[in-house]
Amino acid sequence: MAITADHTPATSPDAPNAAWRGFVTGPWADAVDVRDFIQRNYRPYAGDGAFLAPATERTTRVWDRLSEMFPAERANGVYDIDTHTPGTITSHAPGYISDDDHVIVGLQTDAPLKRAMIPNGGWRMVEGALKTYGYETDPEIAKIFTEYRKTHNQGVFDVYPPSVKAARHSHIITGLPDAYGRGRIIGDYRRVALYGIDALVAQKRVERDELMMEPPNEETLREREENAEQIRALNELKAMAASYGYDISGPATNAREAVQWLYFAYLGAVKEQNGAAMSLGRTSTFVDVYMERDLAEGTLTESEAQEIIDDFVIKLRIVRFLRTPEYDALFSGDPTWVTESIGGIGDDGRPLVTKSSFRYLNTLYNLGPAPEPNLTVLWSPDLPEGFKEFCAQVSIDTSAIQYESDELLRGQCGDDAAIACCVSGMTVGKQMQFFGARVNLAKALLYAVNGGRDEMSGKQVAPASAPVDGDVLDYDDVRAKYDALLEWLAGTYVEALNCIHWSHDKYAYERLEMALHDRVILRTMACGIAGLSVAADSLSAIKYATVRPVRDETGLVVDYDVTGEFPTYGNDDDRADEIAVELVASFMDKIRKHPTYRDSVHTQSVLTITSNVVYGKHTGNTPDGRRAGEPFAPGANPMNGRDTHGMLASALSVAKLPYDQAQDGISLTTTVVPSGLGRTRQEQVTNLVGLLDGYNVATGFHVNINVLNRETLEDAMEHPEKYPQLTIRVSGYAVNFVRLTREQQLDVLSRTFHGSL
Amino acid sequence: MSILSERSTCCEDGQATQMAALRAGEIGSVHSWDRSTDADGPGTRLVLRLSGCPLRCQYCHGPDAWLMRDGALHTVDSALARIERDAPVLVAGGGGLTVSGGEPLLQPSFVARVLRGAKEIGVHTVLDTSGYLGRRAGDGLLDDTDLVILDVKSGLPDVYRAVTGRDLAPTLEFARRLADRRTRLWARFVVVPGLTDAWDNVAAVGEHLAALGNVERVEVVAFEQSGREVWHSIGADYRLELTMEPDEELLARVRSQLRASGLAVA
Repeated sequence: MAITADHTPATSPDAPNAAWRGFVTGPWADAVDVRDFIQRNYRPYAGDGAFLAPATERTTRVWDRLSEMFPAERANGVYDIDTHTPGTITSHAPGYISDDDHVIVGLQTDAPLKRAMIPNGGWRMVEGALKTYGYETDPEIAKIFTEYRKTHNQGVFDVYPPSVKAARHSHIITGLPDAYGRGRIIGDYRRVALYGIDALVAQKRVERDELMMEPPNEETLREREENAEQIRALNELKAMAASYGYDISGPATNAREAVQWLYFAYLGAVKEQNGAAMSLGRTSTFVDVYMERDLAEGTLTESEAQEIIDDFVIKLRIVRFLRTPEYDALFSGDPTWVTESIGGIGDDGRPLVTKSSFRYLNTLYNLGPAPEPNLTVLWSPDLPEGFKEFCAQVSIDTSAIQYESDELLRGQCGDDAAIACCVSGMTVGKQMQFFGARVNLAKALLYAVNGGRDEMSGKQVAPASAPVDGDVLDYDDVRAKYDALLEWLAGTYVEALNCIHWSHDKYAYERLEMALHDRVILRTMACGIAGLSVAADSLSAIKYATVRPVRDETGLVVDYDVTGEFPTYGNDDDRADEIAVELVASFMDKIRKHPTYRDSVHTQSVLTITSNVVYGKHTGNTPDGRRAGEPFAPGANPMNGRDTHGMLASALSVAKLPYDQAQDGISLTTTVVPSGLGRTRQEQVTNLVGLLDGYNVATGFHVNINVLNRETLEDAMEHPEKYPQLTIRVSGYAVNFVRLTREQQLDVLSRTFHGSL
Repeated sequence: MSILSERSTCCEDGQATQMAALRAGEIGSVHSWDRSTDADGPGTRLVLRLSGCPLRCQYCHGPDAWLMRDGALHTVDSALARIERDAPVLVAGGGGLTVSGGEPLLQPSFVARVLRGAKEIGVHTVLDTSGYLGRRAGDGLLDDTDLVILDVKSGLPDVYRAVTGRDLAPTLEFARRLADRRTRLWARFVVVPGLTDAWDNVAAVGEHLAALGNVERVEVVAFEQSGREVWHSIGADYRLELTMEPDEELLARVRSQLRASGLAVA
């Protein structure tokens, strides 16, 4: 793994020495090891946010320029589309927001908010999007991606078996990345800043030499081809940066360059990959090492440091992809999941909180609230009090950040891990996942009742089995039938994912992101479940109340008559919560029985993004009393309105779900009205910190905190122009509330607003 | 859908034994377990609401907790198991256990045992009481209480009687006892328009509390109609049917009156 001298650029042999001046050296200087660099060089900050600087006039001007463009984008769905040039790392000439946009430069295309076509994932998505927004399709481009160049989407459908197609069609498995980029891969973009492109290419050449010595089986040949693509991508990245006037062949020499190099690397990725989630990683404390050095050398002021971060964040806020309305139904509000993980604790017990951790969060004040980048705090009760209180204050003021348990994440992925998308933890540069969307556990229960027939269409989708008979549902009988149905579902599901990722690697390989990984990495197969609370409450109803099936003339059970009371998930009542816990664990067991593509490790998430609405739409009446078509609760949330014992009891129910059976994350989205947090601002901050600490020690994994009144949202629906930056966390991400569809807005309003903690 | 699912684990050999166990405090009559932040003491709290109350406050928001016989019977052990389960969360959340009611001092032996156990587990304890039965609180019970929240209801004896049907004196006596033994004290005062909000009544509250010297803060709480459904459900005569919830102006006046007595008002 050593970066050999043979491949260091001949042009500037002293570059690392000059660029790395003052850094404590170590293994990181001999081989790619960003974590080692951070650990030896960062300075923890235990104070509060008093040192922070406001936005500069220039920053405000640049942001205002964009803000003037947002209304038109919101009204039309897109601001502009380049219909002639498919996006690649080097496809577009340099673009700038305005004349004074020079602190951190680079745009995906040659103009801000102009979206590129990225057809490798699937031509149909591009074509659909162009049609939706009223743009002409360039016939030449259409011909290339239909006649000459096969896409990921075509590849998948060439290998899908009929069972998968049927399950997909009936919506028991939904949201699969078979027509769009899978995303959720985090390149270690910091490597470009620390080492420069040439050293990274040198390392990839060493890996290439290794690969040439390995037996030339299918696996090796695939890796050799991938390696060639990675090297090509790195060189294209260098060319792209050169077009902006920067030579990134060597390491960054100061803080601004470090952020600029890092951003170029990320920009290269989003120029040619339209992944569902294009997350950034864990960069703030890395960047802080450069900031501290510049501050000490007297070449940087606090205001300039903040301006660099503000400008970087402006760029991250305007990452755009071309997507279709069907896609938006699953992932509404045009999210890009530029997730940045902040804080956490190191293996040696020192908090990984630095002044730059504050600076990143401070962008929510300097630029106003916004959903992107998806700022994610890795929480531990051991974080410095000043940082904890600052985070709580930011949540109260902006509802824009989410929290994940650093304790659980560190145990799983170490202390240089980051969140991809919403809740998916991975060790940066050493781990990637095959994103697998999710199956509908609530619908599966209805299939079990109906012997594998779909409760809405009446079609036989799962293999035929005996439907329930009799007038009252018997818990043991239903549970046994459900178990058998879930066995089938798990097998069908893993097969679908194997098809998808085989094809994605082949036709839409993430060459730049993977170039910023080690050669040997851990891959996970990230399965997922939706409708957990509906399934758990339905089983609870069958167990504790009396549930009578209502059949139509064909014998299909289409409704349920429930008499008596039953405990519901979300009230810290073990009777219901244990059903949910058991469902998570038993489905994970079933997933693990099936071999995966590239021997990836099976995981699952309890997360829905915003597909809880779509899933609900395609699911009939359920035994918990939910009506057909009604949205599910998001993620691992208790069903809307049924968690009646306050925010903490609700959170503690979710915290019971076992992380080791859902290592791709467990998502809770919660809303409390401001007055419910406390009377004074200091009390509100203290109480929210207490809640986060309590949830953390109860082994809760993830929580979105919204501090909002229902009336504010209702007013925003009526008068969207008054709330251009109103941000709300809907799932593992945040959205501009006014960019949600009306259906999604109503779903948010129907969720529980806790009047107290 | 009560949080604590297990029904009483109490003995089954007859009512007499049960009554004896209740008197001895081996078992308690529990209305519910709940959790809160901010409303029932500092931080994240587990709230044990006991059944039974000697007062009949007109604005009571939980009249379903008036009668001991309506509660579920819990042993001290089962209550402590519940507290122990939650302890890490309560400690992390800067909170602890709050014993409330009903009137907890209607079951002083049970409360004493629960508070003792809670201290052994290592959580902060709050006793939320009207003080009317303060004489029943032994010194041991108070030693295990980190903070008392005293619901003062009224400053004038005649208003107190109108509100609760009982005398004010025992509450004042209890407050004095707490002050003498330097027990930390928060006071609560519920503003009910037309019932407790008169200028002289509020002034009297301020006078009594200020004289104690150990009142860390006074919570001024607005009367809410949230209890109306509960009154209807138990078929009791709800006399505040037409009472308005206090407006901000009134609350501000009450707060400033209490502040004028030198009290810290939340």
